[in-house]
Amino acid sequence: MTKSNHDAPSGEERSLSGDDAPQRGPSRRSILQMAGGAASLAAAPAAIAQPAPSGGPATAPTARVRLVVNGSEREFEVDPRQSVLDVLRETLDLTGTKKGCNQGACGACTVIINGRRVTSCLTLAVMHDGAEITTIEGLARGDELHPLQAAFIEHDGFQCGFCTPGQIMSGVACIAEGHATSPDEIQFWMSGNICRCAAYPGIVAAVADAAGRT
Amino acid sequence: MLPFSFEKVRTEQDAIRAAAAGARYIAGGTTLIDLMRDEVERPERLVDINALPMADIRADGADLVIGALARMSDVAAHPETKRLQPLIAESLIEGASPQLRNMASMGGNLLQRVRCPYFRMLDAACNKRAPGSGCSAIDGLNAGHAILGTSDHCVATHPSDVAVALVALGATMRVRGPSGERTFPVEELFRLPGDTPHLEHTLRPGELIVEIRVPGGPYARQARYLKVRDRASYEFALVSAAVALEMEGNTIRQARVAVGGVGTRPWRLRAVEEALRGKAKDRNAFETAAHLALEGTRPLSHNHYKVELLPRTIVRALEMAGDTA
Repeated sequence: MTKSNHDAPSGEERSLSGDDAPQRGPSRRSILQMAGGAASLAAAPAAIAQPAPSGGPATAPTARVRLVVNGSEREFEVDPRQSVLDVLRETLDLTGTKKGCNQGACGACTVIINGRRVTSCLTLAVMHDGAEITTIEGLARGDELHPLQAAFIEHDGFQCGFCTPGQIMSGVACIAEGHATSPDEIQFWMSGNICRCAAYPGIVAAVADAAGRT
Repeated sequence: MLPFSFEKVRTEQDAIRAAAAGARYIAGGTTLIDLMRDEVERPERLVDINALPMADIRADGADLVIGALARMSDVAAHPETKRLQPLIAESLIEGASPQLRNMASMGGNLLQRVRCPYFRMLDAACNKRAPGSGCSAIDGLNAGHAILGTSDHCVATHPSDVAVALVALGATMRVRGPSGERTFPVEELFRLPGDTPHLEHTLRPGELIVEIRVPGGPYARQARYLKVRDRASYEFALVSAAVALEMEGNTIRQARVAVGGVGTRPWRLRAVEEALRGKAKDRNAFETAAHLALEGTRPLSHNHYKVELLPRTIVRALEMAGDTA
């Protein structure tokens, strides 16, 4: 793993739209973080502070990265080890994107970078200076859900919900790619998103429904 | 993940200079970042080559030319790929997931590391990760491992699908490095494990894959990729077969056959190809030829099923290619 929550460089936000800024009051998440703080500080990987085995850099340098996330321009320092997923969740507080396997195998972390769906755990933020990223938080327009979000509710496309943001981001891209013309095609082109609850029939129905509407 | 320094380059010269000094190239990162997180890979310097102009996909006469930085999804969807080399498109679509195909480069696909679980377990013996430590797979869980090209030191399969198609089609690759440019068959990129399984490819230090050329051939249009696996999609091959046929009426003039999931590298089957030459397109001929694939196989404790599955997969793929209009 990369860094603990506490030493992640803080975001410096220049919101363009202003309406998707993270809430700054105490949240369930921040309270959990405070409660777990002592333990996670103690458990911070020692490797970060130690030289690499064969004399590599003792501490990773930082790099300045600019991203346009859900229409808002953000500029901040990253540790080169930070994945796009970690930057979204830890630096930008956009926790809708989920960390499942952190190996690119489950699809829970799917976001759209420059129009293409990718697993955000397997790519480094420092490689995406200037990129436009859309996350689950960027789909709805105010109170109006994206058609695929509405379709997931209508078709029971989830149970526990943990894979759902990745499913929906992948589904949005699947439809845009033109790979949602039949249930078979949807199953094949959505196979990079695993659902442990096996809500697959609902997911396929939701993608098919939204594809028919858009 | 251990610390590393990161550099983005704009020119090929800068990239090669950095790599010659010990930096690792990073393109899609789908293998490297995953393995760095597990500390199986421990590069101290990464050089990001994504800004280099090497993502072009084009026709050159009957040949398909693919830039090494072209993404799997873009190559698969490109009209020239579908027109000239449908086998390349089909094999790409059968690999990984849509998200990974959007990230992974063609050069990186060829250089991806093995999927043997012991390679990733730092506390398990693995000659590929820690030379001389032994091979945990030989007496371990080896249902997914190779039956061809193995040694007493390593039995891991090469995981790529498109590499199987490239080897079947006799593709070549162009590389540039500190001492200039060279071109060689993709098949020669891959080493057999022998007693040095940690040496996987024949690139020299600092060499950068620039492009892949798939030569046009009279068999290119009648070609199929069949992948047999535990799931219908998004899973590595148990056995796969890339086959291409040049037909004259009902007679096979020429065949190309390579298989995946069974070899320590993408495995071209020249004996099978030779046995198909001049034969009629029928199941008996396919079965007789496909049986020759078993020469030299060394099954392990859990993968005997591949001995049965391998010729069957070849036969089915030949039937599919034979039915291609």
